[in-house]
Amino acid sequence: MTRPRRHPFIIIARYTLVEALRSGLPWLAAAFIVGVLGLSGFLSRVAITEAAALQATAAGALLRACAVFLVAAHVVASVAREANDKGLELVLALPVSRAAYYIGKLAGFGFSGAMLATVFAVPLLIWANPAELAAWWLSLAAETALVAAAALFFASAMPQSLAALAAVAGLYVLGRSMSAIQAIAGGPQAADSLPADAGRWLVDALALLLPRLDAATRSDWLLYGSPPAGEFGRMLFGLLLYFLLLAAAGLFDFSRRNL
Amino acid sequence: MNLVRPRGERPLSTVPRSLLGFFAAALAAQLAWQLAQQPGAPTATDLPAAPSVQALRLVSAGEPAALARLAMVWLQAFDSRGGNAVPYQHLDYERLVGWLRAILAADPRSEYPLFAASRIYAENPDPAKVRRIFDFIYEEFATDPNRRWPALAHSALLAKHRLHDLPLALRYASAIEREATDASIPLWARQMEVFILEDMDELEAAKIMLGGMLAAGHIRNPEERRFLQGRLEDLERRVNQRKKAPHR
Repeated sequence: MTRPRRHPFIIIARYTLVEALRSGLPWLAAAFIVGVLGLSGFLSRVAITEAAALQATAAGALLRACAVFLVAAHVVASVAREANDKGLELVLALPVSRAAYYIGKLAGFGFSGAMLATVFAVPLLIWANPAELAAWWLSLAAETALVAAAALFFASAMPQSLAALAAVAGLYVLGRSMSAIQAIAGGPQAADSLPADAGRWLVDALALLLPRLDAATRSDWLLYGSPPAGEFGRMLFGLLLYFLLLAAAGLFDFSRRNL
Repeated sequence: MNLVRPRGERPLSTVPRSLLGFFAAALAAQLAWQLAQQPGAPTATDLPAAPSVQALRLVSAGEPAALARLAMVWLQAFDSRGGNAVPYQHLDYERLVGWLRAILAADPRSEYPLFAASRIYAENPDPAKVRRIFDFIYEEFATDPNRRWPALAHSALLAKHRLHDLPLALRYASAIEREATDASIPLWARQMEVFILEDMDELEAAKIMLGGMLAAGHIRNPEERRFLQGRLEDLERRVNQRKKAPHR
């Protein structure tokens, strides 16, 4: 009896996930958790009030940053290693389409991010109740998937790992700060002049091309409860749209690449 | 050095049409969604509680001067627009003062927090909020009078002309005259107390104070000295007139 033939992208996704599990990623995740818990514990010891709240928010914010960094670094390193080992050429010599390869990689990295989000959410059960933590966890899983898609896109398009990492970091930081930048640019103290207007238009145009990451995975959800369902749904939908845009851009670039 | 992969790209025709359509649809959806979700200026209720100074220092990662100024730019966006006819009218001034205090503590040499407090947040039409901001400025002035006197001087002017609270204005003017000792502080700031006393009809006290300033030799500019000497003589004349006038 023959086993049913799986689609190539599922196989690639599976091996991408296996690679993540066998790399240093789980150990690094464990080290980050210990470090973050230690730091937030230290901060709560010196706080004169709201010690538990401080611990929860500090741990939530730090774990979020760690998850994003680990996923981005892992994806960029993995793509660079595969390019150096000529693994990509080997896979594409098999009956695997470029789209299947890219989607498989994206799915594998996305699942790695989701697993990381799950592992990072567990320690927060000390301070947050499971219902509130569920929204934070789901949001972090979506955010890490988006970062994985961005890292895969930049690492595929850029030959240098450092440039790819810098591009992911730039996108992420802009995504988290663009709302504040827009508010500042449009504030009453902003000058009414042509350069100032041009600056505001540029900021608004740039905001259209960025994800609203400032609305995602907020540590205040751990204290005051998750946002209303409508607001939470809009945030997730926005992340999903941007994930699809990155996937489409990556597929487009990968299809034109001359290997 | 190439940041983007050097290559002879395959022609566009090699990209499947479905993929081109997917990319175009994803881009259009992203643009449409972001256009629909354009955030306005943050509202008053969006302003979170102020962090502790230690937390702010920790976040600054060794760059408190930069963080303090960036935080001020961020802070002044709250409640600045939206449906407000008057900016900052809905802002919780207790929270605001907490933020200003934390930012000032992160970089005590920055003039931004006190400048914003006296020139922006003290322009609020609500007298209670204005007084809250004045209290903050007065408290912070005491820790570095020679650097922070401009904010208190402006507060004194606002207390006199907006709040019509001459005792409060006098309190601030006296503090400047008493505590700001740097030679670079202009005379108008030191003389404010005299003029407020005059406005309060405290002619005797104003005369004594002005006479003391002239006698101490702080005023070296001949034109200023002549002007103040004339003012002193005018005060003396008015005081004498009052003494001679029959009591009602």
